[in-house]
Amino acid sequence: MSGAQRIPILKVGRVLVVPIQTDMDDQTVVHLQERILSELERTRARGVLIDISLLEMVDSFIGRMLSDIASMARIMDARTVVVGIQPAVAITLVELGLELSGVSTVLNVDEGIKLLRDEFDIEEREDDELFWGELNLLGEHGHRA
Amino acid sequence: MESTAIALENDQDIVVARGEVRTLAAAIGFRSLDQTRLATVASELARNIVKYASRGQMIAQPTRSPHGREGLRLIFEDDGPGIANVEAAMTDGFSTSKGMGKGLPGSRRLVDEFTIDSAPGRGTRITVVRWL
Ligand SMILES: Nc1ncnc2c1ncn2[C@@H]1O[C@H](COP(=O)(O)OP(=O)(O)OP(=O)(O)O)[C@@H](O)[C@H]1O
Ligand SMILES: [Mg+2]
Repeated sequence: MSGAQRIPILKVGRVLVVPIQTDMDDQTVVHLQERILSELERTRARGVLIDISLLEMVDSFIGRMLSDIASMARIMDARTVVVGIQPAVAITLVELGLELSGVSTVLNVDEGIKLLRDEFDIEEREDDELFWGELNLLGEHGHRA
Repeated sequence: MESTAIALENDQDIVVARGEVRTLAAAIGFRSLDQTRLATVASELARNIVKYASRGQMIAQPTRSPHGREGLRLIFEDDGPGIANVEAAMTDGFSTSKGMGKGLPGSRRLVDEFTIDSAPGRGTRITVVRWL
């Protein structure tokens, strides 16, 4: 079973946007991590924005994936932002003893994009408005869906 | 409410176990934070069984204290290799698999009661309770 196929990776400007909308089994988590890294390499995106606002639980396995993505992305000169962590999830992570090391967390997608642009200096493009409105859906092997 | 048993053998079973625990916790009346704590404990302890013992089961039992307080008891049991040094395994950062060593000590922090019974060759049984 490779459920990761169901999780889209969108390219918005120079940022990969990953909306996680479903509880993932461990294999799906590993698979998703691999896909994000290969898309980073292929597209030379400068930022990764992972939306976990629909995730009702982040355990040590998913927490570790988020940290690993951030540190590997860093090596490829890209920054990682995790968006929309639910308060209950954030509290539970602290009690569990996990820090999402190297991961910036923000409340919503707008803030995430702002952080990537301003703090991390991911430059805007001239056709920016148009570009942000145009989502390129990257399929399993990076082909446009 | 009756108790529920879930067989644990693969990745998918871990997802089923944590989903079932959240549903039960919500039915008992736990608020969202406690539902998340319990689902996370289920995920960690179920994964330990799949990873270290290959197979086992989780039993979830809505329960009531002698004082009439409602709660949820979860039992994780396997006939795997057992744990040689339980005290070490309960320490943050201890792992025999290059894991983060957060599963056992972290789960203990997320519940009100935590009992572990394990010995080499005898398998492992962990019982946790969270009160409403
Ligand atoms: N059911 C089990 N059967 C046998 N050994 C176990 C079992 N559960 C845990 N252990 C042992 O206890 C150690 C600590 O477990 P714990 O869940 O705390 O950390 P981990 O699984 O190594 O890493 P993490 O859960 O943070 O990814 C494990 O490395 C393993 O050696
Ligand atoms: Mg573990």
